[in-house]
Amino acid sequence: MSDALQAIALLTVAVFAVGVVANRDPLPQAIAFSFFGLSLFVLFLVLQAPDVSLSAMVVGALAYPLMTLLTLAKVRDRER
Amino acid sequence: MSPRGRLLVFLVPALAGAALFVWAFTGLPRFGHYPGPYGDIINARAGPERHATSAVTPVVFDYRGFDTIGEEFILFAAVIGVSMLLRRQRDEEEHSPRDHAEAHAALPTADAVRILCMALVAPMIVLGTYIVTHGHLTPGGGFQGGVILAGGPILVYLAGRYITFRQLSPMALLDLGEGAGAGGFVLIGFVGLLAGAAFLENVFPLGKTGSVFSAGTMPVINLAVGLEVAAGVVLIIFEFLEQALIVGVRESN
Repeated sequence: MSDALQAIALLTVAVFAVGVVANRDPLPQAIAFSFFGLSLFVLFLVLQAPDVSLSAMVVGALAYPLMTLLTLAKVRDRER
Repeated sequence: MSPRGRLLVFLVPALAGAALFVWAFTGLPRFGHYPGPYGDIINARAGPERHATSAVTPVVFDYRGFDTIGEEFILFAAVIGVSMLLRRQRDEEEHSPRDHAEAHAALPTADAVRILCMALVAPMIVLGTYIVTHGHLTPGGGFQGGVILAGGPILVYLAGRYITFRQLSPMALLDLGEGAGAGGFVLIGFVGLLAGAAFLENVFPLGKTGSVFSAGTMPVINLAVGLEVAAGVVLIIFEFLEQALIVGVRESN
C-alpha cells in the first residue's frame, strides 16, 4: 500500500516537473510550478517527512509562485 | 567546429557522465533502508535528553542550532537584499494604486474569492501560531509557521484591499519584528554563555515532555524565528506588491 502511494507520488512529481520545464511561457509556468510544489508536498508527506513537507508547501506552492506572478505583473507594466 | 564534431564533443562526456551516474546509483543503499547511525541516535535520545517529541526540532534548534543561526541570517540578508534592489529608482514615481488599476483595466476580484480569502485569514493566523508554538511537539516550527503567519496579510490583499494590507503591515513594525526575531535567536545563544555553558546550549528548564512549555530553549527560539520569518516574508511580498501596483516609470515630457 505505502509502496504504491510512494510510486504514485514520485510519478506525479516527475509529471509536474516535466510540465514546468516544457512550458515556455512564464505565466503558465508559474502556475505549473505551483502544482509542482504541491506534488512535492504530497511526496514528502508520503515519505513521512512532515517537517520538510510543510516547508515545501508554503515555499513551493505559495511563496515562490506568488513572487513570480508579481514580477510578471511588473514586467508587463514596464513593457506597456 | 563542424556539427558532427560538436555532437562528438557532447556525446562522449555525456555517455561517460551517464555511466558514472548509473554506477553511483548501484552503490546507494536500497530505497527506504537508512544505513547511518545518527538518525537512530537522535530518535533514541532527543526525547529523554531534551523532552521534545518532534525529533527534527532538537536537531535544528538545539544540537545543530548554530547552523540554523546561519540559515536564519541568510533569510535576513535576502530580505534586506530585496528591499535594497526594489527601492524606488530615479526614473520611477509612485502612482495611486486606484489610477493604476484603471489603466490596467484588470478584472475585478470575484466576490467568491473575496469571501473565501477573508474567511481564511483567521484560520491561517491560528494555524501559523500553532505551528510556531508547537515546533518541539509536532512537525513544523518557526520557519514553516512564520510563512503561514505571513499568509494572513497576503490573504487580506487577495481579498481585494491593498490599502488594508498596508495598514495591517506597517513598515516600521515589520522592520522591528524582522530585526528582533533575528537578534532574539542570537540573544538566546548568549543566555547559554551567561549561564556558564556553551553558546546556544539548552540551559532553560526542560519541563514536562509533551507540554507546550517544555524542551527548554526550543519554543523560545521558535518564537523568535517565527517572528523573523513572518515579518521577512510580508516585507518581501510588500516590496514586490509595491513594485507591481504603485511604482511605475515616470512619464517623460
